[in-house]
Amino acid sequence: MSVSIKIEHAIKRFGKKTIIPDLSLEIKKGEFFTLLGPSGCGKTTLLRMIAGFNTIEGGDFYFDDLRINNIPAFKRNIGMVFQNYAVFPHMTVEGNVGYGLKQRKIKNPEYDELVDQVLQDVHIEELKDRYPAQMSGGQQQRVALARAIVIQPNVLLMDEPLSNLDAKLRVEMRLAIKRIQKQKGITAIYVTHDQEEALAMSDRIAIMNFGVIQQVGTPIEVYSHPSNYFVATFIGHSNTFNGWIKIEKGKKYLELDAGHKIEINDLIDSVENEQTIKMVVRPNEIEFSDEGIKGIIFEKIFLGAEIRYTVKLESGQLIEIHKEIKDKMYEAGDEIFFGFDPSLANVFDAKTEKSLMARNESK
Amino acid sequence: MRSKRLQLNGWTVISLVVLVYFIFFFIYPITRILISSVWNSTTRSFNFSKFVDFFSNKFYTNTIFNSLRVCVVVTILTTIFGSLLAYITRTVSIRFRNIVNILLMISVVSPPFLGAYAWIILLGRAGIITKVINNLLGINYGGIYGFNGIVLVFTIKLIPLIYLYVSGALKNIDNSLLEASESLGSNKLKRIIQIVLPLILPTILASSILVFMRVLADFGTPMLIGEGYRTLPVLIYNSFISDLATDEPLAATISVVVILITAIIFLTQRWISNRKMIEMSALHPLEPKKAKGAKNVLAHAYVYIITALAILPIIIVFINSFMKSKGVVFAGEFTFNNYLQSFKSMGDSIINTLFYSLIAIAMVIVIGVVIAYTSVRRKSKLTSVLDLISMFPYIIPGAVLGIALLLAFNKKPLALSGTFIIIVIAYVIRRLPYTIRSSAAILKQIDLSVEEASMSLGANRFKTFFSVTTPMMFSGVMSGAIMSWLSIITELSASILLYSYATKTLTISIYLKIQIGDYGQASALSSILMLTSIVTLLLFFKLSGRREIDL
Repeated sequence: MSVSIKIEHAIKRFGKKTIIPDLSLEIKKGEFFTLLGPSGCGKTTLLRMIAGFNTIEGGDFYFDDLRINNIPAFKRNIGMVFQNYAVFPHMTVEGNVGYGLKQRKIKNPEYDELVDQVLQDVHIEELKDRYPAQMSGGQQQRVALARAIVIQPNVLLMDEPLSNLDAKLRVEMRLAIKRIQKQKGITAIYVTHDQEEALAMSDRIAIMNFGVIQQVGTPIEVYSHPSNYFVATFIGHSNTFNGWIKIEKGKKYLELDAGHKIEINDLIDSVENEQTIKMVVRPNEIEFSDEGIKGIIFEKIFLGAEIRYTVKLESGQLIEIHKEIKDKMYEAGDEIFFGFDPSLANVFDAKTEKSLMARNESK
Repeated sequence: MRSKRLQLNGWTVISLVVLVYFIFFFIYPITRILISSVWNSTTRSFNFSKFVDFFSNKFYTNTIFNSLRVCVVVTILTTIFGSLLAYITRTVSIRFRNIVNILLMISVVSPPFLGAYAWIILLGRAGIITKVINNLLGINYGGIYGFNGIVLVFTIKLIPLIYLYVSGALKNIDNSLLEASESLGSNKLKRIIQIVLPLILPTILASSILVFMRVLADFGTPMLIGEGYRTLPVLIYNSFISDLATDEPLAATISVVVILITAIIFLTQRWISNRKMIEMSALHPLEPKKAKGAKNVLAHAYVYIITALAILPIIIVFINSFMKSKGVVFAGEFTFNNYLQSFKSMGDSIINTLFYSLIAIAMVIVIGVVIAYTSVRRKSKLTSVLDLISMFPYIIPGAVLGIALLLAFNKKPLALSGTFIIIVIAYVIRRLPYTIRSSAAILKQIDLSVEEASMSLGANRFKTFFSVTTPMMFSGVMSGAIMSWLSIITELSASILLYSYATKTLTISIYLKIQIGDYGQASALSSILMLTSIVTLLLFFKLSGRREIDL
């Protein structure tokens, strides 16, 4: 049955190189938890430590209260879905799906029932006697998923399972995976570098970089209230404005290099006058206006429901602005002014890159 | 990867067993021979006097020179002819190309010494062609023996080998590379020099070094057609099996010299292939195009002539097997007598060949797969050592291995000489490196995640190995094993030193018949061996659906 997972002070080294210096994490039972980060951030390494395919150089890993550090992979009762599916090419779909059941000495009639049920769950009952070579990538992916969940694993581990599929199939499989995971109530850990996938599927996301977890939160939290500059720029599209803090008569202002001064209310109290900052604003949070920051439309890309403008500021910096098609349109070369709602912006210390927003203080 | 410490599990135990096997049957005999070349048993001290003697004696230095001269000339000739053959068949549409291809492959798997006596039948002192020439021109040509004969036989035998390798490399060149080069303004000659040649050069070099090694180590050909022209393997054999007395230290000294030469060549080859090999696979391979006029005629002539020459010895031997002859002189009628006679006189040769080769190939497969698996998937100091040791036989010519085994196991408590065990051991050691290499290559193609998937589903390492890894490796390993088997049943240079009357194999029977001048019976036995090889090869193509072989 599903378990909760606790990781305390995990360390991973390959030779002399430290991949994960000190990582702690708790994953709730039945949760869909995603490890998100750029390639080389250690997310797959961490997943493989949980699976038992990587050695653990330090720290403790628990499934519920059971310490699993020294339990070999084949005894951890995990279901794993691999990036390249890793279906056994010399076995039929039934052979693949039944493989784990046979290891557990499950006999008929239970064996047949379980295999048929899971094939139904992932909608490939008609492929039961086929070999992988005769199947599409999407179908192989469903076999890999069925094979992993039929054994009722403690935890379902997925390592970029959708990255080899085409865009349309990827969206379809997202829904299928999520639906089955919720239906079975399996604790799931999902590794991806695709932030859209992470936002769409997860109950909670851990964003990793350089082997360190940058932030853990729900999709809305990490998108709207990033705890540092890395998270803000990694998740979603973003524009960065450099500037500094001005404190005048007890009120806090931001003065931007772009030549704009705005009042901002929800900064933490410890900010200082003249402190340099980076401010991140999403492209769809920027409004064209009659005054504000001046720029010239540099490029216009039409994407159907949305229009993406690239705006060149006087400093030469390029800014992205996304607008819906019903809004007023501009053409390349037009001189425009824009502004934004300061309550949507996120401000970070320029040096530490930590959030300076009061709403993030508790995190 | 995984823990580097030595863990006592099943794999470690198996690796240790294999290691002991190697130490006992390979390291120990070879080390012994190396030591006996510098150990003086009367003065009980180490010295290099044997080497000094060896290198100051013209008789021996000439032999080295002879060997190297043959190697260099054959290597250059085969490389040029073979590469050209490969290039033509890949770029010009040749009629019956598939048949040409199969004939060339048959030539590759045919017994190595066959060419020598087939050419003696044709161009020897009483050869068919020799007589015709002498009668027509009224001259007294003495036949093609010595240097010329050796070079002729080796060149014709080994052109197809170069062809197979280079043809394989050409297949992996994507046509779009040539189109890109053409679009950038380079003409055909420039495309060949600037694009094709650099891409296949590593393969050409690697395969010509392979030819060099084969020629250097080959015993049968120079022995049969060389007459007075001595090469190193012949010298080793003679110094050991001479009528006077076994000169053990001399044989040891020559062996060391040969090993040194092969080691240098082997290391050069490793160096080249590690540095220069370019991994390619073509989405759009080169397409042979129809040529016109003189070019077409020349291309066809070249391909057909080379193929005919390559297959000629096989046809000659086959025809000869039905000819009634006295020695090498054709007596003018056809008969089955050669077959009947040879069946009577050959003893258990056929059964011995089958029995020994099957035991050997079974051992090669099991040990080869285990070493490949442990060195790729369960890396540790032990498996690395094993992997390294298992490569040494590459550089040990058959004759050297034969002598080493004989010297090590000719006394009690390990009197193995004269038994079939010692022949099987030689077979296993000679073929193992090839099987290990090819199994390791197959294993590297199998994504690790497939095995991890098995473990994640609850199968332990042994179960995973048997239910997932082994089945996936099966077809690749088997096709390599069939090629190994073909080379085992035609092995001569080690077994010629190791056989006894009761353990004669087919190749040894053939060799002995040739030695006493009974070419009719030799041809009959050779035909049996050849047909076995050809049928095996064709069956292999049929069953595997492949059209190429791994060597």
